[in-house]
Amino acid sequence: MLSFILRRLWLAALVCLTVLVVSFTLTHLSGDLAASIAGPNATAADIAIITKNYGLDRPLVVQFLDWASHAAEGDLGRSYLFHAPVSGLIRDRLPVTLTLGLTGLTIALLIALPLGILAAVREGSAIDRGIMLVALLGQAMPGFWLGLVLIVVFGLDLQWLPISGIDTWQGYIMPGFVLAFSAIPALMRLTRSGMIEALCADYIRTARAKGLSRSMIILKHALRNAAMPVVSITAVQLGFMLGGSVVTESVFALPGLGYLAWESITKNDFPVVQAVVLFLAIIYIVVTLLADMLNALLDPRLRA
Amino acid sequence: MALVMPNAVLSIANLRVSFPRMEAVRGVSLALNRGEVHCVVGESGCGKSISALSVMNLLPRGAVRSADHIRFHEHDLLGMSERQMARLRGDKIAMIFQEPMTSLNPAYTVGSQMAEVFERHRRTTRRQALDRAAELLARVGITAPGMRLAQYPHQLSGGLRQRMMIAMALMCDPELLIADEPTTALDVTVQAQILRLLHKLQQEMGLALLLITHDFGIVARMAQRVSVMYAGEVVESGPVEQIFKAPTHPYTRGLLDCIPVPGVTKAGEPLGSIPGVVPRIAPGFLGCGFRDRCTLATAECAETMRLRDAGADHFYRCRLPPNWKQGTAP
Ligand SMILES: Nc1ncnc2c1ncn2[C@@H]1O[C@H](COP(=O)(O)OP(=O)(O)OP(=O)(O)O)[C@@H](O)[C@H]1O
Ligand code: SF4
Ligand SMILES: [Mg+2]
Repeated sequence: MLSFILRRLWLAALVCLTVLVVSFTLTHLSGDLAASIAGPNATAADIAIITKNYGLDRPLVVQFLDWASHAAEGDLGRSYLFHAPVSGLIRDRLPVTLTLGLTGLTIALLIALPLGILAAVREGSAIDRGIMLVALLGQAMPGFWLGLVLIVVFGLDLQWLPISGIDTWQGYIMPGFVLAFSAIPALMRLTRSGMIEALCADYIRTARAKGLSRSMIILKHALRNAAMPVVSITAVQLGFMLGGSVVTESVFALPGLGYLAWESITKNDFPVVQAVVLFLAIIYIVVTLLADMLNALLDPRLRA
Repeated sequence: MALVMPNAVLSIANLRVSFPRMEAVRGVSLALNRGEVHCVVGESGCGKSISALSVMNLLPRGAVRSADHIRFHEHDLLGMSERQMARLRGDKIAMIFQEPMTSLNPAYTVGSQMAEVFERHRRTTRRQALDRAAELLARVGITAPGMRLAQYPHQLSGGLRQRMMIAMALMCDPELLIADEPTTALDVTVQAQILRLLHKLQQEMGLALLLITHDFGIVARMAQRVSVMYAGEVVESGPVEQIFKAPTHPYTRGLLDCIPVPGVTKAGEPLGSIPGVVPRIAPGFLGCGFRDRCTLATAECAETMRLRDAGADHFYRCRLPPNWKQGTAP
């Protein structure tokens, strides 16, 4: 298990580095950084000074190594836009996005797993078709639209939940639902197909020949084997949720990482963009690593 | 029919199983006494597994089962609910399957899979169930049972897995064991070991064993009774010595000609073989299923074929008289 984790960590570090190099290169090639920092009314002389001060005239490799060595010491630079240290910005925003992502994931699993299992057990029945239809409709519904509907119904009409902000924990419920919604169809479909496949396996026939109860057969013998692809896709979905929470965060005015990413990309606030990319990459890697470890726990054959 | 045995452990009468476009089993009757080994032989696809699964009510989806009766002792298995059946399965009636590679759950240890059947039927603690599992692993000749209990199926060889399947089937001391080609997937040398083991356990525990095979050598060594199946029917059934000495159905004779049986096939005698393949039986099929391949087929063979007596407890399903001779048959 230890060598398994070390191998994964080494791979993860490589992935992280690649992502950073790519994003660094893209931000530096996508227009004149100095010009956007200086603002629309700047003169050529202003821009030249900024270019010099920020070291933007140095070769890209040098700039990257400079950034990376500071980042390694925890110094992520200063935001051009907020005129504040980037690490402070991240520290404020990250918990919001993590809480939102985990809320969304929990809701998604609580809905997708039971329905997926039910659909598989009743394969071909009206229940199965009904569940799959809902999944299809869910996939077709855009997240921002669902968010607005929820705001109108539960926030404005019924006034059950706050429509924006996170002053109380209830503020996470609606955005959590919206995020969950995007992940539910894929999770549900995969749970269903995995369960259908597992339920056809020879070892299920053996379990039945042993006289085990239906719940033991479904929840112990079939689900354990169907769970592995679901765990992997859950990790991917959680990554999407955390990385792609821009829309949800802006609809519900949540001060999270996604919202920060959006602001800084449009304003070419390069140090912030780079830091957000770094954190999203780390989150993604951690989540996938956790999923792989969970799968190794689930399937003894992977524990080599 | 003459197959009624009052003290039978298992008695199947006129079992039929159909799938949407085919009839897999057409009127099979079988009976099995306490401590008896009854072999079912026949080519691939003739309905052996489907007949066995019918007893357990574990048929694949789409299969429809009907019968005059399926009885385990005095219990009517046909009328049982799934819940009642589940109480018998693994306890009084156990089954071993052909594929030891896929019949075990890859995600659980040997110990866990063996223990759960005991816990289920005997309501014991995990500790007691594991002790019982270790005892049975030792009994099927597995050394260091304690270590094996903690292993996963993928860490065991095919032969070990099949031993473990046998041990698992015997956890609750069943009265009836159904073994569906338990050695087909194994190496030849391992096959012989597993069969010897099965035979020994059957005698020690007084098991009624319904053993499916397509190997007449196994029949000769283990069985008291054999039923030959062809295209969903039992075409001949009788005591083993009778069948070897006086096979009556042309298909049985053909099969026996294919297989050298020690003491029955004389050295130097050429082995026969039956040309052709098993037909697919569509609903509404009448007459002898073997007639495409039978050299003695006549128009009469397309009519419904009744069961005939060929001696004490020996039946066959063919138009020919019991003592017909090759070359002189009408
Ligand atoms: N799930 C299924 N759907 C449709 N037909 C099936 C199904 N399972 C079995 N059959 C048909 O039923 C017939 C009998 O199958 P069965 O498995 O009993 O054969 P068998 O005698 O056990 O053969 P083998 O020696 O290969 O195990 C076969 O012709 C097969 O085509
Ligand atoms: S009934 Fe006819 S076809 Fe069938 S085995 Fe007898 S002789 Fe051959
Ligand atoms: Mg079979």
